[in-house]
Amino acid sequence: MAHYLDNAAGTPMHACAVEAMMPLLTTQYGNPSGAHRMARAATQVLDEAREVMAELLGAKPGEIVFTSGGTEADNIAVQGTIGSTGGTAVCSAVEHNAVLDPVLHLGGLVTPVNPQGLIDLDALAQLLTEAPEPVSLVSVMTVNNETGVIQPLEPVAEVVAELAPTAVFHTDAVQALCWIDVAAHAACADLISVSGHKFGGPKGVGALVVRGDVKLAAMALGGGQERGRRNGTQNVAGIAAMAAAAAVTVAVRSAEVARVGALRDRLADGIRDALPGVHESGISGNERSGKIPNICHLAFEDVESEALLFLLERDDIFASAASSCSSGAQDPSHVLAAMGMSRELAGGSLRLSLGHQTIEADIDAALAAVPAAVKRLRSAERHSGFGR
Amino acid sequence: MSEVLVAMSGGVDSSVTAALLKDQGHNVVGVTLKLWGGDSDSGCCSVSDVDDARRVAQQLGIDHHVFNFGEDFDRHVVEPYVAAYDQGETPNPCIECNRHIKFDKLLRRADVLGFDMLATGHHARVVEHPDKTFRIARGEDMAKDQSYVLHMLDQAQLRRLMLPVGNFTKGQVRELATELGLRTAAKPDSQDVCFIHSVGGRKQFLGDRIPLNPAAIVDGTGRQVGSTEAVQLVTIGQRKGLGLGGNDQRRFVTDIDRANNVITVGSHVDTLTETLEIKGLRWVSQPVADQLHVQTSAHGPANPASLSGTTVQWHQPSRRIAPGQSVVFYLGDEVAGGATAA
Repeated sequence: MAHYLDNAAGTPMHACAVEAMMPLLTTQYGNPSGAHRMARAATQVLDEAREVMAELLGAKPGEIVFTSGGTEADNIAVQGTIGSTGGTAVCSAVEHNAVLDPVLHLGGLVTPVNPQGLIDLDALAQLLTEAPEPVSLVSVMTVNNETGVIQPLEPVAEVVAELAPTAVFHTDAVQALCWIDVAAHAACADLISVSGHKFGGPKGVGALVVRGDVKLAAMALGGGQERGRRNGTQNVAGIAAMAAAAAVTVAVRSAEVARVGALRDRLADGIRDALPGVHESGISGNERSGKIPNICHLAFEDVESEALLFLLERDDIFASAASSCSSGAQDPSHVLAAMGMSRELAGGSLRLSLGHQTIEADIDAALAAVPAAVKRLRSAERHSGFGR
Repeated sequence: MSEVLVAMSGGVDSSVTAALLKDQGHNVVGVTLKLWGGDSDSGCCSVSDVDDARRVAQQLGIDHHVFNFGEDFDRHVVEPYVAAYDQGETPNPCIECNRHIKFDKLLRRADVLGFDMLATGHHARVVEHPDKTFRIARGEDMAKDQSYVLHMLDQAQLRRLMLPVGNFTKGQVRELATELGLRTAAKPDSQDVCFIHSVGGRKQFLGDRIPLNPAAIVDGTGRQVGSTEAVQLVTIGQRKGLGLGGNDQRRFVTDIDRANNVITVGSHVDTLTETLEIKGLRWVSQPVADQLHVQTSAHGPANPASLSGTTVQWHQPSRRIAPGQSVVFYLGDEVAGGATAA
């Protein structure tokens, strides 16, 4: 039996999402930009999905821009804002590469985090005050994809409003929708990115909330879809499925937070009880309330993540370490480095991320396999019989 | 039947290695090493090579993984490469990669993960002696023989190593790949150092990392005959690229004085020497003094010589070689030991 504990990378689709997309892949294939009845049927699907997403994200329907996923939403937010207004982009040091890379590409600035992974508000204030050019965009993620740390956005928005009042405030909420009320938590944000496959929808579809008065330059020019903010024919089936998944996600959220949180706590406590030299990231003391309930992020002393993942896979446990590069190799985590974790310890990190399909048996399997694999690797490290 | 980890570079040799071992009934897993994050257009480092390795693994129905050994590669291969050139030596990064990455780091990783054996696509053979010790021997295809770059392997490493394509010529390897329909069948061999970009070359690579120093070029009498902008780019035996054109006599670099940044050039005769000083001598099993053939470059000749202490006595005058190059001792087809030119 496969024990899939990599839900932060992608979730299995909800049945209702699969159902929602099937007719749009088979019989209802009209292009929503067309002028006939089949086109209008597709437009209706988009309109309904847009209303669902708007309500769940605390926005107006006209403020929802459908995208090809979180990365495109983030890029439209960063590059679209700077392309429209000029000025400097600022983001946190723990952003996903979908934000960090465009910010750096545009010559933007990076603001540091503390060892818990939270924005250092004083440093942000100093950065905004001393930036050589006016800051026109600040991007701070709602939930970190590696550690699961939740960033309170209101205090960040207050600093931005005070010191860079014309700046647009963007948040990458890609990891958030299953676990926190994004509409409330990110009400202070002007731009919000989400991605379908992180909450039971399909891959290749996402959305960007664009509050009414924010001006964005389009990344790709074309047919004027999504009010010219994201040109190109919409992924109608994917959008319908994403909206269906989002609706069920939000409906079951409070129950799932409790259920999955208990599983995660049992997992994290069990591994830490079984092994010395385990560091759980993003917690303060033993308090996990600052993290979303599905991520157990651990760093093991004297272990290499790649070897650990290999052994876990042999036990049918699928997890990840840091973010993966295009080749599938594990790259050192910039997130853990920004939190002050040593490179060596970060090299032994493991992210076990739970989801709506996770059950007790998955936790049992991980609790058996992870300590055994770590012990084996540590023992081999001590008794290495090869080379010099 | 063994559990075998096959290092798959994305080339034809390691593709066929995996295919042969699977065909022999072993449980085979492929791994491609991500070693270099910078610019590169050849060798084991580019994403397209990983793609090739992965597609071959899919075709063979074996698991394929990518291990990121980039930090180890920097520390054990790239940094010493730069430091060696800076000291006037000529490093062999492929040998250092074999020594520290493929047959140390990767072999230890294979061990930890429960593999019995490690296999690579090198053209060389592992042979077992009656006393149960192992030797690296030349591959079937002399023109492609890679025993030189594997000379440093010790008994603990050789015992765990499989080199199945060493029993075939390169042509046979390509035929096997073609028969199996492997996408790498006609892929050209990698030629150069994998982390050096073909456009900028060694000059740009070193120039980005260390200050390059000018040097005077003198002849055997000490008379200056030219100059170069970068002493670090000059190697012993080099003839081209010294800007000494217009001379009817061919001149070769015979000495590099890094302390004073003076390069000495001479005729072909001046490049020959009776002896070679070595350091770091290691024997694969027993020390050998006579009947040795000594090879000083990856595909160069193996010339007869005797060894006394740390001095190789050539039976015929042989070409001077640059400090830092590997010196490999052969007894017949087999590697008996190795050292580094002092």
